[in-house]
Amino acid sequence: MQTLSTTHHDRSTSLRGSMDAPTVNEFLSIKNVKKSFPIADGGEYVVLDGVNLTVKQGEFVCLIGHSGCGKSTLLNMVSGFSKPTTGSVTLKGKPIMGPGPDRMVVFQGYALLPWLTAYENIYLAVNAVYQEKSKGEKDEIVINHLKMVGLMDAKDKTPPQISGGMRQRVAIARALSIRPEVLVLDEPFGALDAITKEELQEELLKIWNHTRNTVLMITHDIDEALFLADKIVMMTNGPSAEIGEVIEVPFKRPRDRARIMEMPEYYKVRNYVLDYLYNRFAHAVD
Amino acid sequence: MTLAQKQTIQNRFKLKAKTWERIDDILTPIVTLFILLALWQLFSAFNQNLPGPIKVVQDTWKLILYPFYDRGGTDKGLFWQVWASLQRVLIGYSIAAVVGITVGVIIGLNKRAYKGLDPIFQILRTVPPLAWVPIALAALQQNQPAALFVIFITAVWPILINTAVGVKQIPQDYINVSQVLQLPRGEFFFKVLFPAALPYIFTGLRIAIGLAWLAIIAAEIVMSGIVGIGFFIWNAYQNGQVSEIILALVYIGLVGWGLDKLMAWLQNKILPAQR
Repeated sequence: MQTLSTTHHDRSTSLRGSMDAPTVNEFLSIKNVKKSFPIADGGEYVVLDGVNLTVKQGEFVCLIGHSGCGKSTLLNMVSGFSKPTTGSVTLKGKPIMGPGPDRMVVFQGYALLPWLTAYENIYLAVNAVYQEKSKGEKDEIVINHLKMVGLMDAKDKTPPQISGGMRQRVAIARALSIRPEVLVLDEPFGALDAITKEELQEELLKIWNHTRNTVLMITHDIDEALFLADKIVMMTNGPSAEIGEVIEVPFKRPRDRARIMEMPEYYKVRNYVLDYLYNRFAHAVD
Repeated sequence: MTLAQKQTIQNRFKLKAKTWERIDDILTPIVTLFILLALWQLFSAFNQNLPGPIKVVQDTWKLILYPFYDRGGTDKGLFWQVWASLQRVLIGYSIAAVVGITVGVIIGLNKRAYKGLDPIFQILRTVPPLAWVPIALAALQQNQPAALFVIFITAVWPILINTAVGVKQIPQDYINVSQVLQLPRGEFFFKVLFPAALPYIFTGLRIAIGLAWLAIIAAEIVMSGIVGIGFFIWNAYQNGQVSEIILALVYIGLVGWGLDKLMAWLQNKILPAQR
């Protein structure tokens, strides 16, 4: 039986690690990141402080933590919408300067354009990223990805005409269609009902088994994280949040939800995360 | 009685109720109109200067019957008068739409430009059409371009301001997507920005068409010797033909109402059902 392996993130060891030259293991690297925002009285509000995280190529990482702990802030620095106040975020050794299609985001609110059909929404992305490809090739990519998420029947419908689950499928298809090096998902299934959510998790995992993109995903759902992720990154509470612990999820792939839920480790890890979130870093106000 | 029979009877009642409602919708305004006309007729009996509705029709039945006559100069039927005014509105309004939307998009995208220009636009917006007439005449010297200018300057503000607000209101999500995908400028403009701002632009266009129609009447009244419903009114006033003025007012009202309905129809036609 496997034992629960956790990495304690201690600032001094991480600092030493950052001195080394980037290796293959450091595909995506977040080093000593601090993010603060100025506040009205001239001071600053520190959201994140001393955050260190390295993600290997092809790894599926879930970030978990209480609301307001800066998960989205951290993700925004990876997608390039904001820059760290101090420290660095690098992809393949290069600092991230701004948003780009190599780090495609699946947004919380789907962010589909309501006046375009499912097909057109994906085509917009494909067309922008593969400008040198012919129309036929781009069409093929769009159709393939619509098939992949099972939306061929709804391809000519606009987002207001389809359900929330279908919209999220379009958003995922759009994100995957441009083959990003890192797929960033900000609580992608938060607004969906339990059944749709499980369906989409299975689909995402199935697709990911093929593509093996590096995935960075925020979630509030421990079971979701356990089912999907290689690593679960647990954050401490804000302000000045940091990465508390990183847990390696011990289940082999391909995973079967029913099977892993029968394993004793499942509850061991699950209870560990729960304990971490609700006892050690319980929300004072909740 | 079987259930089916019962249902057909119920349906018939429902149908009847619906047709009744339609008839009621049309009949009520007509009856109201006649009551108001009767009141007006009654009132005109005490005021010799204001002709009643019967007198108006008696005085102007030739104009009512022959809207297409043309005896040269400004002596033309009411259709031609209205047509001339509408053409001016169309030209001035089109220029206002092009300029308003273009400038609106630019200042909507540029925070500093918006900050600097918005207060100025808010002030200029409140200047009534008539107040622009003297300056338009002084600067342009001729009636025709001056009239067009007055239309333009009246109609441009709501289009411009609404477009700018529409552009500023584009949901952050859409902007984020465009940034991640690094959408080319043209794609961003036509696939994201323009459709997102379109409801606002249409609101501006609809307000503007009403204002443009108000403005043309005001502008023409002051500009002598042109064909147009505004000058027609002024001319009738100079000649003491009060009945003709009243008839022209009816025309103006109907055309203005028609323009608004046209814009509302266009708005429904073009704006897709969103969200």
